[in-house]
Amino acid sequence: MIRLIGILIGLGFVIVASWSLGTGVKKYLKDPPKESIEHHFHEAPRDVAFSFDGPFGTYDRQQLQRGFQVFKEVCASCHGLSYVAFRNLEELGYHEEEIKAVADKWQIEVPSIDPKTGEAATRKALPADRFPDPYPNETAARAANNNALPPDLSLITKARHGGPAYLVSLLTGYRNPPADLPEEARPGEGLHYNPYFANLNIAMPPPLTADGQVSYADGTNPTREQMAKDVAAFLTWTAEPRLENRRAAGLATLVFLIFATILAYMAYQNIWHGGASRRVRPTGPLDPENMAKRDAANREAGMEG
Amino acid sequence: MSFPWAEEYQPKNGFMRWLDQRLPLPRLVYNATGPGYPVPRNLNYFWNFGVLAGMALVIQIVTGIILAMHYVPEGSQAFQSVEHIMRDVNQGWLLRYLHANGASFFFIVTYIHIFRGLYYGSYKAPRELVWMLGLVILLLMMATAFMGYVLPWGQMSFWGAKVITGLFGAIPVVGEPIQMWLLGGYAPDQPTLNRFFSLHYLLPFVIVGVVILHIWALHIPGSSNPTGVEVKSAQDTVPFHPYYTAKDGFGLGVFLILLALVTFFAPNYLGHADNYIPANPLSTPAEIVPEWYFWPFYAILRAFTADFILPAKLWGVMAMFGSIMLLFLLPWLDPSPVRSGSYRPTFRWFFWILVADVLVLGYCGGRPPEEPYVMISQIATIYYFAHFLIILPILSWTERTLPLPNSISESVLHGEARESAPADLAGARPAPAAE
Repeated sequence: MIRLIGILIGLGFVIVASWSLGTGVKKYLKDPPKESIEHHFHEAPRDVAFSFDGPFGTYDRQQLQRGFQVFKEVCASCHGLSYVAFRNLEELGYHEEEIKAVADKWQIEVPSIDPKTGEAATRKALPADRFPDPYPNETAARAANNNALPPDLSLITKARHGGPAYLVSLLTGYRNPPADLPEEARPGEGLHYNPYFANLNIAMPPPLTADGQVSYADGTNPTREQMAKDVAAFLTWTAEPRLENRRAAGLATLVFLIFATILAYMAYQNIWHGGASRRVRPTGPLDPENMAKRDAANREAGMEG
Repeated sequence: MSFPWAEEYQPKNGFMRWLDQRLPLPRLVYNATGPGYPVPRNLNYFWNFGVLAGMALVIQIVTGIILAMHYVPEGSQAFQSVEHIMRDVNQGWLLRYLHANGASFFFIVTYIHIFRGLYYGSYKAPRELVWMLGLVILLLMMATAFMGYVLPWGQMSFWGAKVITGLFGAIPVVGEPIQMWLLGGYAPDQPTLNRFFSLHYLLPFVIVGVVILHIWALHIPGSSNPTGVEVKSAQDTVPFHPYYTAKDGFGLGVFLILLALVTFFAPNYLGHADNYIPANPLSTPAEIVPEWYFWPFYAILRAFTADFILPAKLWGVMAMFGSIMLLFLLPWLDPSPVRSGSYRPTFRWFFWILVADVLVLGYCGGRPPEEPYVMISQIATIYYFAHFLIILPILSWTERTLPLPNSISESVLHGEARESAPADLAGARPAPAAE
C-alpha cells in the first residue's frame, strides 16, 4: 500500500518537474540565453605571486610596511580600517615609539568627549585605538564620494573572490573602455571602466596614478604594480593577522596527528591480526577459565554438565 | 538487548561493585561501547562514520560553547564580535575556523553514513527506527547549521536567513504569519538574531538526546553488516572493545588529519567571501547561495520553475522538504528482503546513479540559477524522486537477487571481507587452550 501511494506521489513530482523542464527547454530553444555584457567583458584576476602563497608562506615584513605606507598615503583618505588597532602595527616590525608617532600624527582624530563641557570633540589617536574612520557616518561618506560608499578595508581581501590578486588586478586595471563596449555599459558620470570590477564600472577613481606616487624608505622602486602588490599584501595581513600562527600550529598539529594515526593503525592491526604475539583472554560465561570453574562446581554438586 | 553470548560486566574492585549496585553507569558503557556489545566481525571502513559523526558533534559543542563566551548576538556588534574572536581572543581564530569547518565535516561524515545505510539496506526491518531517528538528527543538524550560519551577521547570513524563512512564505494562507513568527518581524533583524542564537545553542543538545535514542535503538537488533545477513552465532561477532574501538581510533585519526588540513591551510575554502561583508539590508548580494551542504536541496527547490495548478515556488518548497521526508518511508518503499546492495545487482546500479545524481544536484545548487544549470537540476530532481518513489518500490518486486551467504562467518571464510577479524580471534569464543 505504501509502495502504491509512494509511486503515485513520485509520479506527481516527476510530472511537475518534467513540466518545469519542458517549459525551460522550450524557452531555451526559442530564446537561448545571451551572454551578459558584464560576463563578456569581465576579466578574472591576474596571477600575482606573494610571499604568503602556498601552505607554508609567511608575510614579508618589509612589504607589509611598504603596503602600510601606501595605505596611509593613498587609501586612508577615503577608506577605514576599523578592525585594526595602531598597536597591531607592532606585528609589522614597528617599534613602540614609531607606533606612538604614527597614531599621534594620524590625519583623522578619534571621536571623544570634551572633558570640560561634555560636548562631542575629537582627540589625537593613541596606540590602543583602532584606525579611526575617515568619515563620521555613511551619509557623510556618500556625500563626499559622489554617492558611493568606500568600503572598510580591514577584511577586503577575504571579502572578495580572488583576494589579494583581485586587489592588485583592480588597482592596476583601470583603462579606457574597449571600442566594442555597448553604450549602456559605458561608464557614466563619476564612474571608471575597470574590467576586474563585477559590473565593469567602479566609482573609485584610479588611486595609483603614477609610478613614484609614494617614496619608499627602503629604496624599493615604487612602480604602480609594486605599490598595488604591497598594499594588497598589507590588506591580506589586516584581514588575516593570525595567518602565520595558523600555519605553524597547523604543521605541528599535522605532525602530531599523523604520528598518532600511525600508532592507532598499528594498534588496530595488532588487535585484529597480531594473534601470535597476543593471547586473547575473554571474560564472561564463555571464558574457558570460567567454564572450567563452572564445570568443577557442577561436578562438586553432583551435576554433570 | 544484545546477544546471549555478550560478555557480562564484572566489576574489577570493591568501589566499582558498590557503584554498580547503586548506579550501573559503568555497566551501561560496557554494554554500549565496551566488550559487552558483540558486533558483526565483517564491518568495513564505512561503519566508522557513525562514530566520526559523534566526534564531529562533540567538536562542535566544545568549540561552540567557548565561542559563545565571546560572541555578542546583537545586530550592530555580532559581526564585530566575530572579528574580535579572530583577532584578540587567544586562539580564537582556531576555535572559529574549527567550528565553521567542523560543521562541514560533520555533514560530510553524516552524508557518507547515510549513503552507507542506503547501500547496505540498514534502514530495513528491524532497524526502521534507527533509520528514522537518524533522519530526525539530520533535520536537527540542518536547522542548527542554518541558524549558526546566520550568527556572524554577514551578507550571506542575512540574505540566507531572508531566503530560507521566505520559503515558509510560499505556504498558502498561513505562510506569511509563519515567516513573521520565525523572524520576529518582517525581515531578519535583532529578534531573529537573538532567537537563532538561543536555538543554535539549544539544538545541539537535542541532537545529543536523539543520538542516544539512535544508539539505543541500534543496540536492540545490533549493528547491521556488509552482507546484510543477521548475526546467527557467536562466531559472527567480536566484542566492540577492543576490536572496533581500535578500528574507530584509526578512522578518527584520518578524519582529524583531513579536518586539520582544511582548518589550518584552507579555512575559508568552504565558505563564501560575501560573509566577510557585514549584513546590509539595503544591498542584495549578486548571488545568494547557502552553505555547500544545502546545495542539493537548494537545487531541488529551484528546479520547479513553472506553475502547475499550484505556484512553482510552493512546488519547490514541497519538493525540497519532501526530498528528506520521503526517506522516512524508505523501509516500506523498499521492502526487498535482501538488505545489502552487494547481493542486489540491479539495485546497485541505481544506487550509484543516485550518488552521481545527488552530486550533480549539489553542483547545480551552488551555481547561479541560469541555464543550463536549471535544466540539469530539473533532470536530476526527476531522477531523485523517481529513484525513491518509483524505481525502488518496483525493483523490490521484480529484482532477482544473488544468493546470500548462510552466515557472516561463512562469508568471511570465503574471503568476501578481507577486513574482518580472523576467525580464531573472536574474543567472545573460548580461546584455544594455552600451552
